[in-house]
Amino acid sequence: MSAGARAGGGAELRRTIDAVWRIESPRLIAALTRMTRDVGLAEDLAQDALVAALESWPQSGVPDNPGAWLLATAKHRAIDAFRRGATLEAKTEQIARSLEAELAAGGAAADPTAEAAAAGEAGEDLLGLIFMCCHPVLSIEARVALTLRLLGGLTTDEIARAFLTPRATVQQRIVRAKRTLSAANVPFEIPAGEELAERLPAVLGVIYLVFNEGYAATAGADWTRPELCEEALRLGRMLAELMPREAEAHGLAALMELQGSRLRARRGADGSPILLGDQDRSRWDLLLIGRGLRALDRAEAAAGGALGPYALQAAIAACHARARRVEDTDWERIVALYDALSALTRSPVVELNRAIAVAMAFGPAAGLELVDRLAESRELAGYHLLPSARADLLERLGQREEAYAELTRAAGMTANERERRLLLERAAGLAGGS
Amino acid sequence: MRFMVMVRATADSEAGAMPSRELLEEMGRFNEELAQAGVMLAGEGLQPSAKGARVRFSGADRTVIDGPFAETKELIAGFWILQTKSLEECIEWVKRCPNPMPGSSDIEIRQVFEDDDFGDELTPELRAQEARVREQIADR
Repeated sequence: MSAGARAGGGAELRRTIDAVWRIESPRLIAALTRMTRDVGLAEDLAQDALVAALESWPQSGVPDNPGAWLLATAKHRAIDAFRRGATLEAKTEQIARSLEAELAAGGAAADPTAEAAAAGEAGEDLLGLIFMCCHPVLSIEARVALTLRLLGGLTTDEIARAFLTPRATVQQRIVRAKRTLSAANVPFEIPAGEELAERLPAVLGVIYLVFNEGYAATAGADWTRPELCEEALRLGRMLAELMPREAEAHGLAALMELQGSRLRARRGADGSPILLGDQDRSRWDLLLIGRGLRALDRAEAAAGGALGPYALQAAIAACHARARRVEDTDWERIVALYDALSALTRSPVVELNRAIAVAMAFGPAAGLELVDRLAESRELAGYHLLPSARADLLERLGQREEAYAELTRAAGMTANERERRLLLERAAGLAGGS
Repeated sequence: MRFMVMVRATADSEAGAMPSRELLEEMGRFNEELAQAGVMLAGEGLQPSAKGARVRFSGADRTVIDGPFAETKELIAGFWILQTKSLEECIEWVKRCPNPMPGSSDIEIRQVFEDDDFGDELTPELRAQEARVREQIADR
């Protein structure tokens, strides 16, 4: 052993085991869920295997293939549990038998084709787990918690911290979600055809929700929580790799890469938000922009024709990413993309963004007309970005007093402390000017 | 955290020996695994240093030195940029990499500086300068 080789003390080994867990636990839980048809049981077995690793690796050292070790250990535990009659059902006996058969077969020497087949199987297992975690029988909150826990390898504490939710609430959500899945007999499978088209949006929605909670925190003292964005990006990249023919999986990955590229420019040194037009574009992450543009290409190629909502949003983000300076932004193309997006989603938030793009392309008066129409419809009552956008347009039209009133109104509507302060500062700026 | 994971060159790689088909397949599987886990941001193999050059700085002087370079073990034959939660996670991934060279070889892991690591050292002027460089790179 060379002088610099790692000695492997207790704390260091613990960190190594944590790292192994982060890498292996999604595949491990996915494979065990396929075998046992019970995601709760699968997680328990995986946790048992982790405990076994914590007990034996300090003596034996980390095995060469820790993933295979954990899976074999978990399978043995499963067989023991079934044999002890811990769960007395006919189907469990069958599962125990097939597990034993699988274990015996696993002893054979691995050849490359078998390895490749195993890799493909692991991918399918992961997809099966993703669709289970994002199943429509679960509430959105439960889908998010379960996805982060089982696919992100996050602890209950980490999820609670990320969403500023009490630990007990998250814990309960996860327990109940597993019970719901089991009670509803949700099968472990990758939906195909029409069912896939129906269920993929739920999966994409969960991942994007996690991203957004990190990108523009809806509550709390911090404006952004980059760790959440990184976690969502990782899941999005994973999904796009696992479903290469799904245009919207690439579309979501592209959208998050492109928005993520601006993350460090969106936050001032003191943690306050910096809006797109005011960002120091030199701080945008070129590596992520490149990845986002390539993912958008893949989304367009896979779609063949009309783009879905995520790819359209990514295409809009790409317009910003390509503009080295704000004044280089192709606002007319952005308006065209918003037209397409608006036709697909019929969302008032999209309408609001479209109005802002129209103002940039064709002048503030044209934008204000659209914003006013939205305000009249009352669809966005309580949404702080509506008065904030209105204020912006009013200011550009020289109507400072109305702008001031709108900003004050907007400040009273947001729950994010940093954002509220920014709105009040803008209002004060208007009042202070001549 | 981002890491640059560098495969050190060997006499073989510097001689321009291509990896075996077997190694290429194994490496392909490893790359796929990295991509599927969502941790790989970039990765490339590098040509032997015979096709490269160095610019040596001495005060105000610049001297161009053509490859190949002698100190084989200090050279880089390929790299990945990985994003992981910790150095340990990155190490665990690298341990899963097939031996990139016949015989013995080293893979070096280095953490990438993120903006915040510079603290106050990176002044607005320096940032602007860095920005210009990045823009020119992006233009290509």
